[in-house]
Amino acid sequence: MLTYVVRRVLLLFPTLFVVAVIVFALAHAAPGSPFDPNPDRPLPPQTVERLNRYYGVDRPLYEQFAMYMGNLVRLDLGRSLVQDRTVAQIIGQQFPVSAQLGLQALFLALAIALPLGVISALRQNSAIDHGGILLATLGTTVPSFVVAIFAIYLFGLNLGLVPLVGWGTPKHMILPTAILALGATAFLTRITRASMLEAIRQDYVRTARSKGLSEQTIVVWHVLRNAMIPVATIIGPATAALVTGSFIIEWFFAIPGIGREFVLSINRRDYPLIMGVYLLYALIIAVANLVVDIVYGLIDPRIRVSK
Amino acid sequence: MSLLEVKDLKTQFFTRDGVVRAVDGVSFQLDAGETLGIVGESGCGKSVTALSLMRLIPQPPGKITEGSIMFDGQDVLKMDDDDVRGIRGNNIAMIFQDPMTSLNPVLTISRQISEALELHLKMDRSEARRRTVELLELVGIPSAKKRLDDYPHQFSGGMRQRVMIAMALSCNPKLILADEPTTALDVTIQAQVLQILKDLAREFRTAFILITHDLGIVAGMTQRVHVMYAGRIVEKADTGELYANPKMPYTWGLLRSIPRLDEVRKEKLVPIEGLPPDLISPPPGCKFEPRCQYRKEICHEREPDLIPVPNAKPDHEARCWGTQRVPGGGWLVDLDWQSEIGDMAVLEQIKAEVAQVAAEAERATPGDLPPGVSQKEGI
Ligand SMILES: Nc1ncnc2c1ncn2[C@@H]1O[C@H](COP(=O)(O)OP(=O)(O)OP(=O)(O)O)[C@@H](O)[C@H]1O
Ligand code: SF4
Ligand SMILES: [Mg+2]
Repeated sequence: MLTYVVRRVLLLFPTLFVVAVIVFALAHAAPGSPFDPNPDRPLPPQTVERLNRYYGVDRPLYEQFAMYMGNLVRLDLGRSLVQDRTVAQIIGQQFPVSAQLGLQALFLALAIALPLGVISALRQNSAIDHGGILLATLGTTVPSFVVAIFAIYLFGLNLGLVPLVGWGTPKHMILPTAILALGATAFLTRITRASMLEAIRQDYVRTARSKGLSEQTIVVWHVLRNAMIPVATIIGPATAALVTGSFIIEWFFAIPGIGREFVLSINRRDYPLIMGVYLLYALIIAVANLVVDIVYGLIDPRIRVSK
Repeated sequence: MSLLEVKDLKTQFFTRDGVVRAVDGVSFQLDAGETLGIVGESGCGKSVTALSLMRLIPQPPGKITEGSIMFDGQDVLKMDDDDVRGIRGNNIAMIFQDPMTSLNPVLTISRQISEALELHLKMDRSEARRRTVELLELVGIPSAKKRLDDYPHQFSGGMRQRVMIAMALSCNPKLILADEPTTALDVTIQAQVLQILKDLAREFRTAFILITHDLGIVAGMTQRVHVMYAGRIVEKADTGELYANPKMPYTWGLLRSIPRLDEVRKEKLVPIEGLPPDLISPPPGCKFEPRCQYRKEICHEREPDLIPVPNAKPDHEARCWGTQRVPGGGWLVDLDWQSEIGDMAVLEQIKAEVAQVAAEAERATPGDLPPGVSQKEGI
């Protein structure tokens, strides 16, 4: 098991290298330059040239790439083209905000979805089951900005329970966390319910019944663990999606997270920042998958890697 | 008193297309330590019968609508859920057809056997583990101790079915229901697994019901055979009597379709023509009538009862107008059934197996239990 984990961790590096190459290529394939003439704020041609030279944008691509990779190895992601901060600083300041928001949302979603999915499956067609299905449908069909507008209007403006926008105090976090969690809750409830129903009708559950075990023992020992296998595989990508920041929610609530920053950086063609955030995302997804594979192996002996 | 007495059992499934009469008025009895075969084609209600005995019918859509199941003097159908759970695994155990899917993939073998021991025999963990090793050795699993913490996927099909047998035997039940225990296994393994089941059931003095669609399999295994068709028992007899003197055209059909290992037989394997009836709207008269080459007018009009047949042992019963000396019936009583079946070589072989079982049953005397097994008190 340990060698397996070490091998998988080492495999992260080539993966990230490939991502770096792809990201670099894509960023440079996009037409235009960050210093394209802007009719509103004309720059003197010499300035543009100086800027291009300073940032190396005028050099041949392979040189730019070599430079980029060289810096990357030293964990130097470069400077933002637009802001007066390094990419590392921007990520360092804004990623934790998104990560906190995302993890809060994840835990909230799990805390609701797992019990709800399990109970829905065990009490099919009960009130709880119908409630769960309703939540799952709403959560996946209603876009989060609609929910955000509605929630701000109701809880912020009308009831005045929480601040409208901003970030910092726990009160600021309630609405965005809840709204971000909504989609994940819906999704996870559906998966949990479906895989519970799948597990319950397996032959080994009938075997367990034939041994005289109580329904409770059967659910806890025989059904849950099998049902959690598909859920565990989904939690990885779900975590990755949540901690990388939601543009809509961060933008709506004026949260200084990395999700909003990333979309803005694309509009501004802030190459170093785009590439830095991309690499961060790739790292998060790769780590999430790694964790899933390890957890998967712990739950399901059939794919457990020996030693 | 019989160990098990089933009377007029009816189990139905309420589906969108209608009511499936899966088991429709089945009655039989079984003494302690006795072995019974239930044979019939796919879909005739064998599994549903077995599951009904343990009240394991999925509900909905299924429901036991009528009848009684007296086990050890108590009606299983009238028990509350706790009492039924007290019987399951403890007094009646079941071995299922597919050992690949019947064991839980995420629990170790030892856990799956131990949990019944802990539940019913109140053993603690280490005691249950020790007993599990003994049980695994009993069913012939090599280096059982080392394999305790293995998972089902680390065992072959035959070994998994041995685990299932060990699990069924674990609480020393009075009755084991083996539902096609070897159908999913290949032929050589089949024979081994059946032998283990037979030997251990005798050692433990456990009654068992062996369910199969292959009349050839029960021959060497059980003392009596009941043939099922379309949710009903259509012929009942001692195993020897059934092979020596089969009465029903359906039973003849089953005998003709016994698969044998030798190639010659394989080519001549004759399945019964046609398909079993739809159990939602079965034929009005004899359920086998649409497929029966001996049918007469009366077969279509009224359904025959299951009653003793002439020219046979007293407890030999059949559900067929042709075997019943009633007005309009009885045309099969004096028919030479052997010429109807052909290939006697197979039957001779089967009869030898039957004789062996009868002899073994004679020899088995009370009081020779294997070490570590105590005879259980009544419920
Ligand atoms: N859950 C269910 N819902 C509806 N019908 C069912 C259900 N289970 C069994 N049946 C029906 O009951 C009838 C008897 O089924 P059963 O499983 O007892 O057959 P069987 O004799 O065991 O056949 P096989 O040799 O295929 O195992 C079949 O017609 C089947 O379609
Ligand atoms: S009752 Fe008639 S149709 Fe049915 S098995 Fe006997 S002969 Fe055939
Ligand atoms: Mg069956």
